[in-house]
Formats: sequence, structure tokens, C-alpha cells
Amino acid sequence: MKITFPYMGTSHLVISFFLKELGHEIVYPPVPSQKTLSLGVKYAPEFACLPFKILLGTYLEALELGADTILTSGGCGPCRAGYYGEIHRRILHDLGYPVKMIILEPPLVSPRDFLHQLAELVRPKGWLNFAKQFRIAWAKLKVLDELESTLHKLRPLALSKQEITKVYEEGLELIDQARSVKEVKAALEEALSRLHNVPIDPYCQPLKVGLIGEIYVVLEPFANHDVEKLLGEMGVYVHRSIFLMNWTRDNAFGYGEKDVRAAAVPYLNQLVGGHGQNSIGEVVRYAEQGFDGVIHLAPFTCIPEIVSKSIMPAVSRDKGIPVLTLFLDEQTGQAGIQTRLEAFLDLLRQKRMKQEAS
Amino acid sequence: MRVGIPRTLSYFTFYPLWKPFFETLGAEVIVSPESNKELLDDGVRNTVTDACVPIKLFHGHVAALIDKVDILFMPRLVSLDGKSTLCPKFLGLPDMVKYSIAGLPEIIENRLDLKKGKMELYRFLYGIGRRFTANRLKIMHAIYRAKYNFANYRKLLFKGLTPVEAFACLEGGQEPSVQLIDGALKLAVVGYPYNLYDNFISIGLLTKLRRYGVQVVTPEMVPDKEMKRLSKKLRKNLFWYYSNQVVWAAIYYLEDKNLDGIIHLTAFGCGPDSMTNKIIELECKAKKVPFITVSIDEHTGEAGVETRVEAFVDLIKRKKGMV
Repeated sequence: MKITFPYMGTSHLVISFFLKELGHEIVYPPVPSQKTLSLGVKYAPEFACLPFKILLGTYLEALELGADTILTSGGCGPCRAGYYGEIHRRILHDLGYPVKMIILEPPLVSPRDFLHQLAELVRPKGWLNFAKQFRIAWAKLKVLDELESTLHKLRPLALSKQEITKVYEEGLELIDQARSVKEVKAALEEALSRLHNVPIDPYCQPLKVGLIGEIYVVLEPFANHDVEKLLGEMGVYVHRSIFLMNWTRDNAFGYGEKDVRAAAVPYLNQLVGGHGQNSIGEVVRYAEQGFDGVIHLAPFTCIPEIVSKSIMPAVSRDKGIPVLTLFLDEQTGQAGIQTRLEAFLDLLRQKRMKQEAS
Repeated sequence: MRVGIPRTLSYFTFYPLWKPFFETLGAEVIVSPESNKELLDDGVRNTVTDACVPIKLFHGHVAALIDKVDILFMPRLVSLDGKSTLCPKFLGLPDMVKYSIAGLPEIIENRLDLKKGKMELYRFLYGIGRRFTANRLKIMHAIYRAKYNFANYRKLLFKGLTPVEAFACLEGGQEPSVQLIDGALKLAVVGYPYNLYDNFISIGLLTKLRRYGVQVVTPEMVPDKEMKRLSKKLRKNLFWYYSNQVVWAAIYYLEDKNLDGIIHLTAFGCGPDSMTNKIIELECKAKKVPFITVSIDEHTGEAGVETRVEAFVDLIKRKKGMV
């Protein structure tokens, strides 16, 4: 079984480690590029969202490299991403790739199906090995998030943005090489101390911006034109609302994120799938925490985020926090995003200056 | 009291249920005018650009009702069959409208979620009834009449009438005059009821096809029993009520040997339809049945749709050696 999987942020470090230790041969798909996207766009339905197209492109590239099995996640709606595995399978079979898809459904919603699919993955080395490796993978997931949030804090302050990005990437490498929970912890310490050693400007008071929206385009740098890095290099502290760890925890083991959703209730008292309700709740929370503004990312035609976008102006007005919504698709260019970000940040700076003056 | 019902979205599925219900409760039912250009323009102005055209149109219908009614009926439909939900835009609809249009009257936005159990429909209707009267018997009577009328309506649909024709039959009290064109061609036109049966937004697709001498069948005409059978056929069902109906109906009609083709009517940027459309396309491909997608939005022109549909029908006729 030559197994492959899609990219989403830094998750591939954990997934590839886990699959390898479970005894599978892995085919690494190329990192998503314009070519990946073009391939995806060619065979995907026109109005499927950007994640669908990038994933399909990734699968096609991996299949060309000899993969015969794809690992992906399922879901139970109402966001359509939960159905993507099924449609990907149909499209790939129609194109003549006899690929096998392992679609992991949320374990509490369809436990039988989940265990059935999981058993397939565990088979080569058994459940004992699975339990052991799961602990390590979980630890990795945790430290990756910690490293990333530290990077977000330090990047706007760093004197050399290139250097801090480089140091961060070295940190990822360290974590990737760890082979036990102890080593993972040591790797994190090492990576963090290296990050803290990068010279910073301690007097800088960066703008604080929250990053919210649909999980895939928020986490995957290729999908959002690396907006985190872009903002960090413009000297802005970005706080991301979604991290791999809390998302995995909340979605694998129940319907979590209750407090965020509670914050959304006065505006939207209904789950609308994906991160629609969360987006509203996050804005409320960022406003309460004194952030300067919020950037809201979503793929074009994303249904839950369209609902949240139409409610967003009311929230933004009530709470006095500016929100910039960016819908992303295959036509989006980096220059367009950069221009809009710059204009948005100028407004935020003016707002802050006015507040300080009064 | 005047109750306003927008003439779109769930109107085409549930109007025969809501109307006798409110009338028995002693309210006057006011339906927004038939969709037209002004309504749509009004809707487009009030909605986020990314929404699909049915949602924009809904905003237009709501705006048209503002000054004419005392209370607006805009329920939050979450689940109609206890398994699937509706499209997320339906789930967030009352909120989208509330924050987009100013000066709205009082709104009935009760939640209908049949996932919570079979009694939920009664609880939903009872909750609404309480706003009109404290008399329990009167509410029960209204529910009974609503359900009776709704059952009659469904019977008319299975006879091959479109919802709009069935409404006319029910209102006129006359026997259904089903004039099925036993045309030379039989085409299944699948899509959501609020696109298919709204003559303005579908640019008269159904009437046009009938004019070409085509026998038209739609998802609403598939018997419940068949839908139930087909609901077990897919490896994994879709998450949305209307999309499931469309896919199951397409599969149902594909089993029919006399079917000549399928037309899928979809709105530009429709999220669920990006999945639905691909499934139908691949099913048609497997059965070698001609298939065309007609997508509509607020800029769709009559000539464009007409040309494509005419070409599609001509191709099928040529294939069958009729031309």
C-alpha cells in the first residue's frame, strides 16, 4: 500500500510520521503549487471551493508519483467538505485511477465506520504500536502549535524577518526528527530557545490582528498566499483563531468550541457548518480582547462563510472592530491581497492613532 | 393580522401547508408578488455579493412585503426528514435577512428541526399558533386542516402537476386537469423547486420545453416510496435535503428506459450543487444518457438559455433520428 495524503499547514509533519510508524510506505505529494491548482481546476466542478481543487490537484500529482491509496477526512455536514472524499473518489475513478480512499469519518458520529477505516491503517503493526505512536503524534501536534504561535508573536518584532522564518523552519525540522515524546519535548525547547535568540525590537507595539475563517484557507499558506507571513513581515502581530491541535481535539472528540459559539449566539444562534458560526464568535472575542482588527478568510462560494459575511457588518459595527473579508479562489493574485491588506492596515493604524490621541 | 410569506425558497414545497394553517388561525395570508426584475434588483442591493441568486431573490421578496404585513413568516428550516439538513444558507436565513434589511416587521423565525423527533412538526406549528390564539383546540384544528391540505397537494404532484399548477387546482377547488403532453421526448428537469418553478428565475424553462413538445418530469413527481428506496443506494448521501431529492430523482429517472436526457438547473455559485451536479453528470455518463447543466444568475438572459436548451433538444432529436 503506497499511501498519500493532502497538505494542510504543518499537519503533514504529524501525519507522515504517524503513517510511517504504522508501517506504511508514503508517497509525498509535491507541495501545492500553481501547477497543482491548475490540475485541480481542470477536473473539479466549477463551483467547488478552493480546498477541493487544491486537494484534487494534490491527489493527481501524488497518483502520478505512484500512490495507490489516499488518506483523507470525512464529515457529517452541513459544510460540503465532509463530502469531498466521495466526490474525489468518483472523479479519480472516472479519470481511470483505481485509487483506494481511506476516509476517516468523525469517530463519535459514525464510530463503526471510523474503526473500520482505522483498522485498515493499523493492520501492518498492530494496535499496541498504534497506541504508542499515537502518543508521540499527539505530542508533536501540540508542540507544532506552540512553536507556531510563538513565531506569530515574535515575527513582527524581529529585526530580520528572513532570519526568524529560517529559524522557525529549522525548528520544524527538529520536531520532525524526534522519535519519542521526550525527544519531542526537547526539540520544542531547543526550537523555542533558538526563536527567542533572534534579535528583536522590544519597544515595538505591533498592530494586533485576528485571523479567522474557513479552516483550510486559514491553515494552508498556499491557499491564502501566506497571509500570516505577509502580515508578520509588515510588522503585524497575527493571532490565528484555529490551530491544528484544538481543531483536532474538538472535532475528533465531539462538538467542541462551545465558548466561541456561545459568543456568536446573539447574532447567529444556529450551527451553519464549517466555521461559519465560529467566525462570528471569534470576532466578538477579538473585540473584547482589544484587537485592532480582524481578517476573515474564506474560499469563494463557501456557504457557511457567506452566511457569516452577511452578518459580519452588524457585528463589526456593534463591537467597533474593523473586519476585512477576503474570498479566495484560483483567480486570486498575491498583489491584490497585498494591496487590500496594506489599505486595511493603514486604516487600523489611523484608528489606533485617533484612540491614543483622545 | 396579516402574515407575509415570501414567494420563493420553501414556498414551493410548503405553501399548501402554511396557508390553511394561518387562515384557520384567523390570519390573512399575503404572498409577495411573483418574482420580477425589480424584486431581484432590490434583493441584489440588500445581499452580500457572494450569495446565490435564490437568496438574493428572497431578500427582494422580503423587502416587497415590509409595508404590507404585520408579521413576516420566515421559519428557520433545519431538517425536514430527520436525517439531512438544509443548505447552510437556509439555516442562517433569518439572521442574514435581519442584518441586511432595515425596518422589518415582527418575524416568525421558529426552528423546524425534525432531527429532534417526529413530534417536532406539531411542536413547531403549535409554537407558532400560540402567537395568534390561546385556544388550543383552534390550533389543533389549524394543524389538522394544514396537514389535510398538504396531503392533497402531494397527491396532485404525483399525478404529474408542477407545484404552481397544483396550487391553482387547490385554490380553484376543481379537479386536476392533468394534461400530460405525451411528447415525443421525455426529459427530466432536476433542480431545486425554488429555481425550477419560479418562472422568472428559470426563464420559463419548463414552459419552453413543453412548447418544444417535450414531456417534462421533475423531482417533485417522484413517489415517496421510490425516494425512500433510492435513499439507500448511494454509498454516502449528501448532507442537504433538497440536494438529496435532486440526486435521488435523477437516479430514479435514469432507471427509466424511455428517458431521453437530463437537464440540471443550478444557480451560479451554488455550493451544494457543485457536488450534486458532478454526481448526476457521472451517473448520466455511466448510463450514456445526454446531460446538460443550465446555470442561472441575476444576469442570465433569455436568449442564452433558450439557445442552449434548444440545441440540447435538437441534438437528442437527431440522435433518435427524428430530424
